[in-house]
Formats: sequence, C-alpha cells, structure tokens
Amino acid sequence: MNISIIAFIVLLIVSLGLFAKNVRTIIRNINLGKALDRNDNKGERFSLMAKVAFGQSKMQARPVVGVLHFIVYAGFIIINLEVLEIVLDGLLGTHRLFAPLGSLYTFLISSFEILALLVLIACVIFLIRRNVLRIKRFFNLEMDGWPRTDANLILITEVLLMSAFILMNAVDAQLQNIGNSHYTNVGDFPISNLLVGMFSNASENSLVMMERGLWWFHIIGIFAFLNYLPYSKHFHILLAFPNVFYSKLTAKGQLTNMEAVKKEVELMFDPNADPYAAAPEPVGEPERFGAKDVTDLTWKQLMDAYTCTECGRCTDVCPANITGKALSPRKILMDTRDRLVEVGKGIDKNGKDFNDGKSLLRDYITEEELLACTSCNACTEACPVNNDPLSVIVDLRRFLIMEESKAPAEWTGMLTNIENNGAPWQFAQADRLKWKDEN
Amino acid sequence: MSELKVPTMAELMASGQQPDVLFWVGCAGSFDDRAKKITRAFVKILNKAGINFAVLGTEESCTGDPAKRAGNEFLFQMQAMGNIQILNTYEIKSIVTTCPHCFNTLKNEYPELGGNYEVKHHSEFLQELINDGKLTIEGGTFKGKKITFHDPCYLGRANDVYEAPRLLIEKLDAELVEMKRCKSNGLCCGAGGAQMFKETEKGDKEINVERTEEALELKPEIIATGCPFCMTMMTDGIKTKDKEVDVKVYDLAELIAEANDL
Repeated sequence: MNISIIAFIVLLIVSLGLFAKNVRTIIRNINLGKALDRNDNKGERFSLMAKVAFGQSKMQARPVVGVLHFIVYAGFIIINLEVLEIVLDGLLGTHRLFAPLGSLYTFLISSFEILALLVLIACVIFLIRRNVLRIKRFFNLEMDGWPRTDANLILITEVLLMSAFILMNAVDAQLQNIGNSHYTNVGDFPISNLLVGMFSNASENSLVMMERGLWWFHIIGIFAFLNYLPYSKHFHILLAFPNVFYSKLTAKGQLTNMEAVKKEVELMFDPNADPYAAAPEPVGEPERFGAKDVTDLTWKQLMDAYTCTECGRCTDVCPANITGKALSPRKILMDTRDRLVEVGKGIDKNGKDFNDGKSLLRDYITEEELLACTSCNACTEACPVNNDPLSVIVDLRRFLIMEESKAPAEWTGMLTNIENNGAPWQFAQADRLKWKDEN
Repeated sequence: MSELKVPTMAELMASGQQPDVLFWVGCAGSFDDRAKKITRAFVKILNKAGINFAVLGTEESCTGDPAKRAGNEFLFQMQAMGNIQILNTYEIKSIVTTCPHCFNTLKNEYPELGGNYEVKHHSEFLQELINDGKLTIEGGTFKGKKITFHDPCYLGRANDVYEAPRLLIEKLDAELVEMKRCKSNGLCCGAGGAQMFKETEKGDKEINVERTEEALELKPEIIATGCPFCMTMMTDGIKTKDKEVDVKVYDLAELIAEANDL
C-alpha cells in the first residue's frame, strides 16, 4: 500500500476519533443539567428548526450581515461535498475520482469555486468588521482575550481553506495543460482558471509538488478545523439545529412554575392536610431552589451555553447594557459555558463528586449583573439560535432570594408588602376599590 | 361627572348574577394615582358600551408577578393559588386587564397552577368591542395628532400583541409614528422584572430616559402606551427632559375615553 494512503488513513482515524471523543465530553457535560421535557409538539419543533436554523430567519434581522453569513453557511455546507471526493481520493490513492461524471463534474466544481470565492469575500468582510471597523458589540469586556481571537481564527482558517481549494484547482489545471497523465482533463473552472497563468513557468515537478502540498494542506486544514470546533464558538454550526429544535415554545413572557415549590404551596392550601403531621422523610438530596451552579440549570440551558455564537445581538439590544449597566446577556451564557467546561474537566480528573468550591454565581456572575435585568426578552428575541439567557438570570435570582434571602432592601419591602397586604406597595387591601369614588 | 358603575363579584353573586367578563384592576390600577385614571377611563368605556362586567374589589390581590421576577417563586405561587381559589369559586371564565404584567401572569403562568381563563389585555378587548360594533370612536379630538406607541414588553414580545394597540390609535384618526425600536424590537421602559420596585443598578443612563429620548426624536404630541408601569417610566422620562408641556403620555383607554368625551 502506498505510504500516502497509509498516512491519510491514520490522519482520518485520528481526527475523527479525537472529534468523537470531544463531542462525547460535550454531550456528557450538557447532561449534567437537570431533566426537562422538550419532546412535545414535534411538528412545530421541526418547522421551527427549518426556519430558524436551516433558514437562518433570525439572522436576517440585520440583512447585510444576514446575507453574508448565509453565503458562508451555504457555501461551507455545499463545498464540503467536495471533501467527500477528497477523502475517497485519499483512501483509494486516486485523483478526482468523480471526474467521470463529465460535464456534471465540471458544473459542480465550478459552482464550488464560485461559492468558495463568495465565502472568501464574506470572511474578509467579517474580518474587516471585527478588526478595522471594530463593531462595538465585539469589544465588550467578555470578548477580551480568547473569544475575539477565536472569532478571528475561524475567519482566517476559512479564508485559508478556500484559498487552498482554488489554488489547488489552478495548479491542477496547469498540470492538465502540460499533459501530465495523472491529472485527468476536467475542463476549466471559472475562478481557478483566472490564476493558471501564475504557474505557467513552473516545472512539472514543482507543479506536482505544489498540487500535492495544497491538497494535503486543504484536507489537514479541514481535519484540524473539525477538531477545533469543540473548543470554539464555531461549534454552533452543529448545535444550532438541536438547540433550535428544543426551543421554548410557550409565550416568551411565561416563566416556569417551579415544581418543588408547587408541592409545598399545594400542601399549604390543602384543607385536608394535617397541620400537625410530621414532615415526610426527605428522599435523596433536598432540592435546591434556583441555581447556584451550572449543575442546577437544565440541560437545555447548558446546551444554550455551548450553542452561543458570541455574536452579541442579545447584549446589543439589552436595555441594561445599552445604559451602561454591568449586565450582558451574552456574558451570562459565556460564563455558563466556561464554568461548565471547568466542572467537566474537574469531573474528568477527580471523578463525579468533584467540588472545587466555586460556583457560577459570584465566581462568574455577580449579583449586580443579575439585578440589572428587566426581563424584557429583547435578548431572547434577538438570539439567532433561540437561546434563553433570561431563564438563567431568573434561576440565579431564585437562588439568591429563596436560598440566601438576599435581596436589595427595597425588594424585601416590596415582597413583604405583597405578603402582608397583597400589593407591592404599602396600601391596605381594604382600600383596593377606592379609585371608584375618586376623581 | 357621572358616577362609575363598578359592580363587585361579591355583589353580583349575592343577586345571583354572573358577569360576562371580570375586570382585573391590578395593584397599580388600584393604588397608583396616575394608573387609577387609566382604570377609571377603562370603566367609563365599559359602562358606555354596556358591558356586563365586575371587579373583585377588596378580594383582588397581587398576581405575584413582581415576586416571581425578583426570584421569589414561593411568594408568587402563594399569591397565585390564593387568587385562583377566588377566581374559581366565582367560576370566572373570562378576564380583561389594563396591566400587561397581570395579563401575562394570569394568561401564561396561572393555567399550570389550576387557573384557566380566557385573558385579554384591554387593547385587545377594546378592539373587539369596536369590531363587534359595541363601541364607536369619535375621531375629532385626536384628528391628525402625532402619536407614537411605546410597546410594553409584557404585551409585545412576551405575548405577541402588537396590532391591537395600533389599530386603536388609527381609529382615533391620529397620525401613528413609529420609533426605530418598535414592536418586537421595542426597547423596555426599564420597569419590568421588578425593577419598578428598586433603584436601578449602576450605569451611565436611566433606561426610561433612553426610551423617552427615542420617542421625542419623532416630535410626537402624545406618547401612548398600554401599561401602568410604562406610564410611570415614560412620564418620568418626559419630566426629566422638561417636555411635560409639549408631550403627554396617555394610556390607550384614556385616549378612547377622551375621544368619546367620557
């Protein structure tokens, strides 16, 4: 067997194996979250996924970026059909295995080239937006360091991969021109054809070297990119689909009614309950009210965190953030993800009972951030992948108030008023109809 | 000034009657001086249209919305269960309210706790009255006036009610102008999520000022809204910008009552 075929097989197995391992870790981490049933209304869920994930409907709220992003997305998916041929060529030691498709082949590769050029242009525009125009929402505090580097790395990689693909075809075309028998004549492709001239003086030997070099660069790049995904916000290209599928389908204004609380309140309202009965033996760990750490959140909230693309549309429309408050809904989900990754690593190292004494609340997210939220749902409306940062904020608030009795003094007063006189202000319930006789 | 007819559930029950709809007044509508005017305006319309309605009066209690949003689920559910007991005892089927927060909570959060009602915001209710011919609006008073509508989050994004308020404004023959951030992109007034009941967190601007400035860019004569808390925030915003003389903030119910000379 040819040495390059062996090298290719090893590369393929290692990169797919490594990717599978990292994906399993992410799935394990998501499953650290609490149970939640989101398997209802499958039909509605599928159509939502078709619209929001496949159709990227919410990206189009900002049309220019929406179209550019769609090009990159569609381009990337379609061009990856070419990867199938590349992988088969690598395994079989063939060159352009699908060339016998004839004019269909020429048509397909030509379309891929045009798409590749469009993707390349879009990525360059995205790089300019981030690094030259310096769009404000890419420069919030939570974007400092890795998140901004991550975004640039993704764009640069895509530019390199697309360039390699086009250049490879150009060198290939020159090899066809000079009649190298290994390089099947497949006709001209529109973009690479413009670049063939660059290689007219190169020797046959160096052309073959270049073509092989670009071929390996391209496929190693793709495998490397695949394995970069689990460490990057770019993982959204996979998770966006299940994440939208499992979206909250009820009215945005509806917050969950906590089941644990419901049981207790129902008991208090039950006229047949024996007030002197001994408290029932607690079964297992007592349930925590609200969320202190990531494991108190549901699996869906954890999936949201891994799906977050860090685009910052949520933060851009958040009334608290717009007016200079510490809250950024994007940071809430990025913190959730970073903490979850930390917990996951701890479990890998120290087993299931790992406890590092840290928590999402306070070590990552401050009370000040949580208290700034107006629960207006602008963030959930803006999110292109239907994330729900508001639900995380509410769960953390629940822990603050119900487990720690921590609330701003005015809230304590408001809550006491509701408890005592059924209104957030100190007015007697007996006066509730007085407006009738006033003028 | 004619007397308002406001029957309570207890009174109707005593005389063996059942209302077609319960008007849930809400805490702001009951106690806040500005919001009480909205309540009165809405009742005037109900009286004029001859609607068979009732209020709970002293039997009404906070829905629990601010407690829930602050994080006190326990207090919320205590309030909810108490209210549901009363509503179910009176066999209430249909509720209308002038507060989007009460609207959202009653409509979306009570069913799981055993309270199933058809709940409408007063903008939807008024629109239906007009559609059914039970209410007509005289266009004169507001003809050609420039009105912008501030979408309450708990009416708009939370429950997808965007059209009813706008149809009402158009019925006034007024010129409806839209802010850049409107409908599903509407900017919060700053009061939601129990913010109404505490000082704001540290920042460089108040949310209600940001929103008021956006409205003032349109140079409207009236800022309309459909929420007692948005009312407070926008009115304060107008005061901060020293525009109380030129620009008024009205609830939809007040506009319609005034147009009909009620």
